[in-house]
Amino acid sequence: MASNGPSASPLLSVRDLHVSFALDEGLVRAVDGVSFDVMPGRVTGIVGESGCGKSVTMRAILQLIDEPGRIESGEILFECRTGAADGGSFETIDLSKLPRHGARLRAIRGAEIALIPQEPMAAFSPVHTVGDQIIEAILLHHRQWRTGGGKLSYRDAREIVVDLFRDVGISMPEQRVDAYSWQLSGGLRQRAMIAMALSCKPRLLVADEPTTAIDVTTQAQVLALLRELQRRHGTAIIFITHDLGVIAQMANDVVVMYLGRVVERGPVDAIFHAPKHPYTRALLRSIPSIVGETHVDLPTIAGNLPHPFDRPPGCPFHPRCQEIIGPVCSASVPQLKSLAGGQGVSCFLHQDLADTR
Amino acid sequence: MTLPVAQAAARPLLQVRNLRKFFPVTAGFFHRAVGQVRAVDDVNFDVYDGETLGLVGESGCGKTTTSRCIMRAIAPTSGQILFRRKNEKIVDLAPMTRAELRPLRAEIQMIFQDPFGSLNPRMTLLDNVGEPLLVNGMKNRAERTDRVAELLRLVGLRTEFMHRFPHAFSGGQRQRIGIARALSTNPRLIVADEPVSALDVSVQAQVLNLLLELRSRLGLTFLFVAHDLSVVRHISDRVAVMYVGQLVELAPAKALFRNPRHPYTAALMRAVPVADPRVLVAEAGLKGEVPSPANPPGGCYFHPRCKFAEARCRQEAPALREVAPGRFVRCHLAEKLDLPTSSG
Repeated sequence: MASNGPSASPLLSVRDLHVSFALDEGLVRAVDGVSFDVMPGRVTGIVGESGCGKSVTMRAILQLIDEPGRIESGEILFECRTGAADGGSFETIDLSKLPRHGARLRAIRGAEIALIPQEPMAAFSPVHTVGDQIIEAILLHHRQWRTGGGKLSYRDAREIVVDLFRDVGISMPEQRVDAYSWQLSGGLRQRAMIAMALSCKPRLLVADEPTTAIDVTTQAQVLALLRELQRRHGTAIIFITHDLGVIAQMANDVVVMYLGRVVERGPVDAIFHAPKHPYTRALLRSIPSIVGETHVDLPTIAGNLPHPFDRPPGCPFHPRCQEIIGPVCSASVPQLKSLAGGQGVSCFLHQDLADTR
Repeated sequence: MTLPVAQAAARPLLQVRNLRKFFPVTAGFFHRAVGQVRAVDDVNFDVYDGETLGLVGESGCGKTTTSRCIMRAIAPTSGQILFRRKNEKIVDLAPMTRAELRPLRAEIQMIFQDPFGSLNPRMTLLDNVGEPLLVNGMKNRAERTDRVAELLRLVGLRTEFMHRFPHAFSGGQRQRIGIARALSTNPRLIVADEPVSALDVSVQAQVLNLLLELRSRLGLTFLFVAHDLSVVRHISDRVAVMYVGQLVELAPAKALFRNPRHPYTAALMRAVPVADPRVLVAEAGLKGEVPSPANPPGGCYFHPRCKFAEARCRQEAPALREVAPGRFVRCHLAEKLDLPTSSG
């Protein structure tokens, strides 16, 4: 992995993001004050259970939130390339303030920030060849490839796709360019998806559960490929998953989410070996391991995930928390507090209670 | 709490013999059969009284088709499915008609993967859980209500929930409802097809604990079908690994995970990402893709992806054979190989 000291400025900085969905039954605060940074060239893993807001956060970054959802407040600061693909100058822009359908955002989507969706079957159009779909993206963002200003021809773009396919380990790339997505196996389809995401040399790749729909041996291949491509191109990746094993193997930094809030963040080793938040600790204990004792009761997290309309007051985790310290947990919401070593935790266990009103 | 592990001396409750299920591949206007998918191809195993047999493999390996044949949701192409009934009579489920199967349904029950699709949204819990009782002749509503209340308590749900509809419950609670329904007829064998794979990690542990507890309290026998190796390892006494419609390895869970004898089993284990950043899974593991069961390679089905493959593997299909007591492997080289795993 590319080494970037903590002094480097973040490529993407999400600050106090709030996203809500106004439904007939009430307002769902899907993302409720999320902040995190993505450093250039590093893999940031976002982990959490269903309904924790990890996918909504990702969609908010690309402004893909559909009605009735909307970004209520917060900033999504992205260090944007303004000049040509190589070199040029940078400026920091707030993605959340750009018009959703504007040209500016369209130029960023795909070229600067690319997405690998969860279900590659649904992501490709079945009536166009995979090659044509990637060629379309390359022609739209031709500036990423041709710095001089001259347009790329279809033939040039096709050659780029063949090279990309070879890069992501697709055998017989010349033939596969003309294949339809339904002619490819799950692993090949996901490789083609990765090729598409990389086609415009993005600096940030958002991977939303990219291996959840595929088998474990194929998953190992795709993860190894992503790791290698990341090392080679130095692309920053936001890796969203519910699988703690995948996070441990892929991420440099981890953000743990619960009910729309960041409960803990830090370097991967600290999260797995010195977790601070009771939720992170409980989550790590509750997974059956491939090496541990079998047939014994697994430690569980009591209760169920609360219904989105029925968010508990105070700390969202307090009704299920085993390390609850008193009325403060149900009365006020803990803020994310920075600890030593780049770790941060939002829990009263690690805060000076006098600080909170 | 450590649960008793079934003794090897126990008698088999279920014996699957030479089970085959082929699906025709059709083409053209008249749907001519142009080939067949050998979804389950000569599968043999026993499930002993009180044990949990884990059935693992990747998608398309035939594990779900095997469980559906045993449930007789589909009719097998050939083979025997011998089941020992409550009255100790051994019957073959494979050739039975729907009417013949009806009295047996109470003894073999199923827990489904999707807790959202497997409960009728227009029936209350009382009706959802009580329906198997009604079908099996418990006509008295008060009696049925009592039994449903008992079942709900057994799976850790409050009895007041009885008159609510499934939509009011979370995934984990719904899975408990599905388990209560499966237990309603006092079955002896439960076929659980991916019962926890749709659940979140924190809830998955609760359901696994419930299954372990029910097994020890009620002496249930499980056929546990799953793709998640750590879950299967946690809950199973013995594990069967399937690849392209065949069993490639069958062994006690501990021995299998400590020392796999088939290269595919070892590769499958190495592919599992370990939830510890200090244990890095270095290599990409297996090359290539799972072959299609409609057109499997010659010789050993695994040879194109196997790094130990020899000339013999390409020509001669290995048989499933017992290489050590209780350990069955379908590999020519089982005795020679020393296979590394991540679990050491």
